[in-house]
Amino acid sequence: MAEIIQEEKQKGGKRRPKKGSTHIDMTPMVDLMCLLITFFMLTTAFSKPKVMEIVLPDKIKKDQKVDPPKIADSRTLNIILGPDDIVYWYPGKPDASKPLQKTDFSANGIRQVLLDRNLALFKKIEKFQKDVIAGKINIQPDSVRTAIKALKNDDDTGPIVLIKFYKKAKYKNLVDVIDEMSIVGIARYILTDIYPVEEVMVETALASAPKTVTPPIAKK
Amino acid sequence: MPKIKLPSKSPHIDMTPLVDLFSLLLTFFMLTATMKTSEPAPIDTPSSVSEKPSPDANIMTVVLAKDNRVFFNVDNGKDTILHFRSKILEEMGKRYNIVFTPAELRQFEQYGTSMGVAMNDMKAFLAAKDPKVKSALEKGIPIDSVDNQMAYWVLYTRQINPAVQALIKGDADVEYPVVKKVLDILQDKNVSRFSLVTNLRKVEVTSDKK
Repeated sequence: MAEIIQEEKQKGGKRRPKKGSTHIDMTPMVDLMCLLITFFMLTTAFSKPKVMEIVLPDKIKKDQKVDPPKIADSRTLNIILGPDDIVYWYPGKPDASKPLQKTDFSANGIRQVLLDRNLALFKKIEKFQKDVIAGKINIQPDSVRTAIKALKNDDDTGPIVLIKFYKKAKYKNLVDVIDEMSIVGIARYILTDIYPVEEVMVETALASAPKTVTPPIAKK
Repeated sequence: MPKIKLPSKSPHIDMTPLVDLFSLLLTFFMLTATMKTSEPAPIDTPSSVSEKPSPDANIMTVVLAKDNRVFFNVDNGKDTILHFRSKILEEMGKRYNIVFTPAELRQFEQYGTSMGVAMNDMKAFLAAKDPKVKSALEKGIPIDSVDNQMAYWVLYTRQINPAVQALIKGDADVEYPVVKKVLDILQDKNVSRFSLVTNLRKVEVTSDKK
């Protein structure tokens, strides 16, 4: 509490200078500050949300006639996102007689599949990044991303990934699969509609899944 | 034995260092504070490795909630003097034959959070004071082909603010057909470049792992 200095009336009329105490009571100030700090701490959004940019091709109008782009079957890789975070994939053209390969979003799942096919480009990007960090390549930090983009554009060995969604897929799967593309450095990928054939393939794969004895927990 | 005389201590504690520290913290928090924006529905965004921060101004956000409701939010641009929000609502009103009073337009402009109200409930929504009444009206913006109000929101927003960037903020558990519809609407309105709001996660991958 504030020290109240009791002024003594000087009798002789000679006033001595007041001997003021240097202590100010700071308790209310501290109280208020505590309150304000708590308020700001609780209302502050510390980490700004991050965004992931995606670009979709322009929609083809109905009266427009555009030939579908020609893609080599050997380079295409189809990914179908199924329910419960299951990922189905198969290379080349849809073939109902061949069963779909089943995997998941773990580090050894779809990422390994993509990495195996994209190894040449991935190594190139990795080497480039290492060189930049080591200082072998003198480049502005801003243009690193542009340089990687150029590397991706020049690439003609990596897979062309067609990403399709079974109707029970979740939004999280969409984000995850695009994320995998950027992790592995896939140069060319596109989100497309699922073919009816592929829907049937997913359904047969789903129907046959419970028959397999391997429980999913034991796998991990 | 001599008696030890304890010095009579004053009960005062010197609070100066405490105050110093507190004012420092307070200044820090005040300067770094960016207010959390509240959402009408809890959104648990998925994570990605992208490190790009989300833009501050000139954004329109399509929010996808867990229960497949769709919300829309748009900011006032770089300066509140531009009155983008009220202009957009005015255009929407013209489209759906609803005339909004200047007071209603002002109220919409100041309503900062995303909203999921169909146009015919908009007047009641703006008039409502009780948050319970407000949230009862938020059934999500219609996105089906019969009554595609989201498409018009996107269209008028882009007409009034050409610099606007599209963001999609979805809950991780939103079903894909809803996402697909929203992507189709954006693509239909020639928004082919947009961003998905995510949390940050770290992933290390090297080629010599296997």
